[in-house]
Amino acid sequence: MIPWYRYSSPASFYPLAGRMIPWFAWAAAILALIGLVIGLSIAPTDFQQGDAYRIIFIHVPSAWMSMFLYLVMAFWGALALGFNTRLSAMMAQAIAPTGALMTFIALWTGSLWGRPTWGTYWAWDARMTSELILLFLYLGVIALRSAIDEPRRADRACAVLSIVGAINVPIIYYSVKWWNTLHQGSSVRLGESKMATVMLAGMLIMSFAAWFYAIAVVLMRVRTIIIERERGATWVAELTEMRA
Amino acid sequence: MIDFLAMGGYAFYVWGAYGVTALVIVAEILAVRARRKMALSEARLEPAEVMR
Repeated sequence: MIPWYRYSSPASFYPLAGRMIPWFAWAAAILALIGLVIGLSIAPTDFQQGDAYRIIFIHVPSAWMSMFLYLVMAFWGALALGFNTRLSAMMAQAIAPTGALMTFIALWTGSLWGRPTWGTYWAWDARMTSELILLFLYLGVIALRSAIDEPRRADRACAVLSIVGAINVPIIYYSVKWWNTLHQGSSVRLGESKMATVMLAGMLIMSFAAWFYAIAVVLMRVRTIIIERERGATWVAELTEMRA
Repeated sequence: MIDFLAMGGYAFYVWGAYGVTALVIVAEILAVRARRKMALSEARLEPAEVMR
């Protein structure tokens, strides 16, 4: 039985996160390397889209991550609101910038894929518009925090905004079904997939790379946030990295 | 190699997507590292409290 409650305090989570970061970072780097080799050279050129389709190897994983990270951020925010736990609020705070970054990558790569494939960089299509709103929600959460001086009040305000904004995630996900606009439906489904196996493998490997990268960088950021918010505590002063 | 870089005529789109993605990921890592250094040096200025 893992003593979860023990790791819910910033002082004990800080060293644990520090030990986990290299594992996730290396896993992300190795998987990204394999995924890039598959995506950029091993996977055959698409007979309809040519090599432009290779953009999906970063587009789809980053779009998945952008939605998933938002839900995780809202989840930690809800925990912070419900149980008044500091570490969960810090986790939510640490996720927002990486979520915004994944959303930006999804929009940017989608735009560069759309131009050769659909003939336009941008359209006010349901999927694209709701993904753009996701970016604004992330930026809104970040801006809201910087507008409130007292960290615990900022935690609560950001948690409320994150939870309310979570309604946008199912809207993004189902947008291709609900509205028949430009963006096509999913090519990946459990059991039956419309993609060649090697393409699917490349995309899944890149998705795991994005996952592990996000975990590693969020843990790096949450450690920094712990130092920022717990400075003055005895355990922070006693850290070896404080001596340098 | 030239063929690989040409990406079947889609070099601008493919490398534009991969290049910017790589750039923002490197920028994020550097930003987090800089923030950590800053947080540590600010924490060093703060006297430790006995009770917390």
